[in-house]
Amino acid sequence: MEHYNMNLTLKVWRQRNSKEKGRFETYKVENISSEMSFLEMFDVLNDRLITEGKDPIAFDHDCREGICGMCSMYINGKPHGPWKANTVCQLHMRAFKDGDTIVVEPWRAKAFPVIKDLVVDRSAFDRIIQAGGFISVNTGNAVDANAIPIEKENADKSFAAAACIGCGACVAACKNSSAMLFVAAKVSHLALLPQGSPERKTRVVSMINQMDKEGFGACTFTNACEAACPKEILVTNIARLNHEYMMASFESDK
Amino acid sequence: MLDAKIPKGKLEDKWTEYKGHCKLVNPANKRKLEIIVVGTGLAGASAAASLGELGYKVKAFCFQDSPRRAHSIAAQGGINAAKNYQNDGDSIFRLFYDTIKGGDYRSREGNVYRLAEVSANIIDQCVAQGVPFAREYGGLLSNRSFGGVQVQRTFYAAGQTGQQLLIGAYQALERQVALGNVTMYTRHEMLDVVVIDGKARGIVCRNLITGELERFFGHAVVLCTGGYGNVFYLSTNAMGCNVTAIWKAHKKGAYFANPCFTQIHPTCIPVSGDYQSKLTLMSESLRNDGRIWVPKKQNDTRKANEIPEEERDYYLERRYPAYGNLVPRDVASRAAKERCDAGYGVGTSKQAVYLDYASAIQRYGKAEAHKHGIDNPSPEQIKQMGDEAVKEKYGNLFDMYEKITGENPYEVPMRIYPAVHYTMGGLWVDYELMTSVKGLYALGECNYSDHGANRLGASALMQGLADGYFVIPYTIGNYLADEIRTPVIPTTHPAFEETEKNVAERINKLMNIQGTETVESLHKRLGKIMWDKCGMSRNAEGLKEAIEEIRALKKEFWSNVKIPGSVDEFNPELDKAGRVADFIELGELTCIDALQRDESCGAHFREDHQTPEGEALRDDANFMYVSAWQWKSNDEWELHKEDLVYEEVHPTQRSYK
Ligand SMILES: Cc1cc2nc3c(=O)[nH]c(=O)nc-3n(C[C@H](O)[C@H](O)[C@H](O)COP(=O)(O)OP(=O)(O)OC[C@H]3O[C@@H](n4cnc5c(N)ncnc54)[C@H](O)[C@@H]3O)c2cc1C
Ligand code: SF4
Ligand code: FES
Repeated sequence: MEHYNMNLTLKVWRQRNSKEKGRFETYKVENISSEMSFLEMFDVLNDRLITEGKDPIAFDHDCREGICGMCSMYINGKPHGPWKANTVCQLHMRAFKDGDTIVVEPWRAKAFPVIKDLVVDRSAFDRIIQAGGFISVNTGNAVDANAIPIEKENADKSFAAAACIGCGACVAACKNSSAMLFVAAKVSHLALLPQGSPERKTRVVSMINQMDKEGFGACTFTNACEAACPKEILVTNIARLNHEYMMASFESDK
Repeated sequence: MLDAKIPKGKLEDKWTEYKGHCKLVNPANKRKLEIIVVGTGLAGASAAASLGELGYKVKAFCFQDSPRRAHSIAAQGGINAAKNYQNDGDSIFRLFYDTIKGGDYRSREGNVYRLAEVSANIIDQCVAQGVPFAREYGGLLSNRSFGGVQVQRTFYAAGQTGQQLLIGAYQALERQVALGNVTMYTRHEMLDVVVIDGKARGIVCRNLITGELERFFGHAVVLCTGGYGNVFYLSTNAMGCNVTAIWKAHKKGAYFANPCFTQIHPTCIPVSGDYQSKLTLMSESLRNDGRIWVPKKQNDTRKANEIPEEERDYYLERRYPAYGNLVPRDVASRAAKERCDAGYGVGTSKQAVYLDYASAIQRYGKAEAHKHGIDNPSPEQIKQMGDEAVKEKYGNLFDMYEKITGENPYEVPMRIYPAVHYTMGGLWVDYELMTSVKGLYALGECNYSDHGANRLGASALMQGLADGYFVIPYTIGNYLADEIRTPVIPTTHPAFEETEKNVAERINKLMNIQGTETVESLHKRLGKIMWDKCGMSRNAEGLKEAIEEIRALKKEFWSNVKIPGSVDEFNPELDKAGRVADFIELGELTCIDALQRDESCGAHFREDHQTPEGEALRDDANFMYVSAWQWKSNDEWELHKEDLVYEEVHPTQRSYK
């Protein structure tokens, strides 16, 4: 890999808190190495802002390994930026070239209010899980793990759905701000396992109800969520969710 | 003398005995008892959920925006359990023995045996919650091997085991939140413990969104705040990992044990520039199939693929034929350092060795071809099928490597180097996981127990979940049974007032310094002192220098740090400043401990104590104890010793040859 340095123009969304209105501010950064991560470029900029006596840019991040789901930046019109199946913390500067202008915004959705700058409140996701995204088994109630054999294909599919990191990029990518991919990932993870079966019907209904209550929009099948998802959660999970929901509604009609 | 309260009796009966005789709290009284759980990683989430299920009133705290984001989420490789599903000779005793030996005989037999004993229940519990572990075609669970053992006892979910286990515990926790048994406080950072009449009775937190200080009461306080490897600045830990919660507890009387035992993990992506903010682990599971080597020639500048087989030195296989690439971490890390220091390192910095998958890809490719009935597979077919097989096992790790380095590990060997990873030290706890302050507990990575001077791979997840699901639900009852008559103490109590006042004063002091150096820059400087003088190898002179340098850095920090913004707003720089101030003090104690422990053991390698082959040389006659430090005043600690008594195993020179 050839390394190179670049000068860039950043247009970053600045907003003091949830009450005040925000605006874009422009920053020039120089001598950025192509080997840096995108967040390290922000570290360099923030270090400079602090030294100049200015307010650094607030952004969420923690693991910087693409797994905690904390980082959340909308870069040049794409959640998590230009690379496919990737989080911002894993985006590296070789994705850009000298002279580029980069526009950085927070996730925008009614259900994710801005806390400061690029930091938003995603607690709605926790409340959706509280509504039913679990299997009701108290500690100490389990049978031997190998007493429940599970077909490898289903186990693998369940795992692929469980890989969701709860980042909210699917919501940010969707013109309706729908949380369907996130909810579908959880419903699929649990519905594909025999342990998840007993609560299948109540789970899907209460999770969907909570999603609506939080102010997420409806799903109109644009597939924008799948394209933006860093963990490649498939929209086929949404089809499974709809199926589960229908089954649950039929049953309750009886 | 410290009393660990290990139950009497035979090793294998201790835990059963304890459970049979500990005091219980009846359901009606549980509803009146409040418990604070700080941290929602594997230890905290499992504890909060289990205690909520039992009927206690639980308040749980984390500094991230959701409990699901705790650092446990990043664990990759797997979790151990003595299930013996592979029929390869595993047992509770063998897991116990491997852990004691791996820890270089510096952990407690009683605790470690209990850990091995409950390990199997953890897997059962996780599967019941829907944790999608890897499975074989027959539908049963799959296992892999980790370092320092000769059986396959590691359960995994691709390279995302921590994530899947944490999501399981998080879901159990959220279920209790929905049921009203647990109240969850996110974006809250605990900044002090409230102690009343010698007992922990609450905490003071900063609400990270508004900046307000808030007080919370609990009949007991359980700390599950994770590891503090970031005292070295660069580590494999998440950016937010810190020592603050346990450091505040330490200053309120909890002893800090074995801070000098820090695990340096052998397989991480090497440092690439001084802007670097963290290091990325390449899971130990990669040593199952990958082979580690350096060129036989010093300062060899050829590309890896140009170096013929006979000119490669597979130094781990050469030095440790019995365990090969699967020696424990401390051994593998030192061996890599030894080769690089001797001039055999690779890459531009020469501070790296190769982790090579070429032969694994060949082996898997041939096996796959055979499975598909292809008798004379072409080299291309073998490569393609081999790539596929490796991808299924380690795909996400290979992708991560490529994103960071821009190199394709299916084609060229990965470059790796050791990095700070895990802290075996932490708050001293007894058998019940209680610290030296009554009613104050420590679980998971933030306590010191179980791993001695070196932790085996896939055992941290096991320990966190053992502590949270299966130990604390019993041991906390034994304490709370005597607290049923303690009414809820209002947070207007003078002790709460006083504690909050001190926290506020410290924050104001930090904000008012208005110096010229950023928190980040001071943190980096601390990290450099720690890595250079208290890292993979240590000597008395270097440690003495480090102590002086850290003391000077502390003065500089408190007179020249620059923190932007104000107290009453979302201010991550202020949060970081408080953490770095605590790291500086911890760094000092770490070096003091490393200096005092005048022997080598496990990860603690004193250059003047090594065998002729360069292995860690213990001094059992003089150092067979846990060092538990009591904070006295600025720069002053008192050492208490807990002697380690081995009844079952006989400590010997550890050998993996
Ligand atoms: C990259 C990586 C890979 C790993 N892979 C493995 C593996 O494969 N197998 C294995 O066994 N181990 C592995 N480990 C080790 C293991 O992941 C950790 O030891 C373990 O997850 C720690 O869990 P914990 O619950 O103790 O703490 P954590 O998961 O770190 O949780 C700490 C919690 O405390 C909270 N907290 C901290 N301070 C405060 C405060 N002041 N106020 C409020 N809340 C606070 C945080 O918000 C968080 O919720 C790995 C570690 C790393 C770094
Ligand atoms: S479905 Fe994908 S985009 Fe949505 S929260 Fe999960 S990981 Fe993020
Ligand atoms: S910081 Fe954890 S996913 Fe990006």
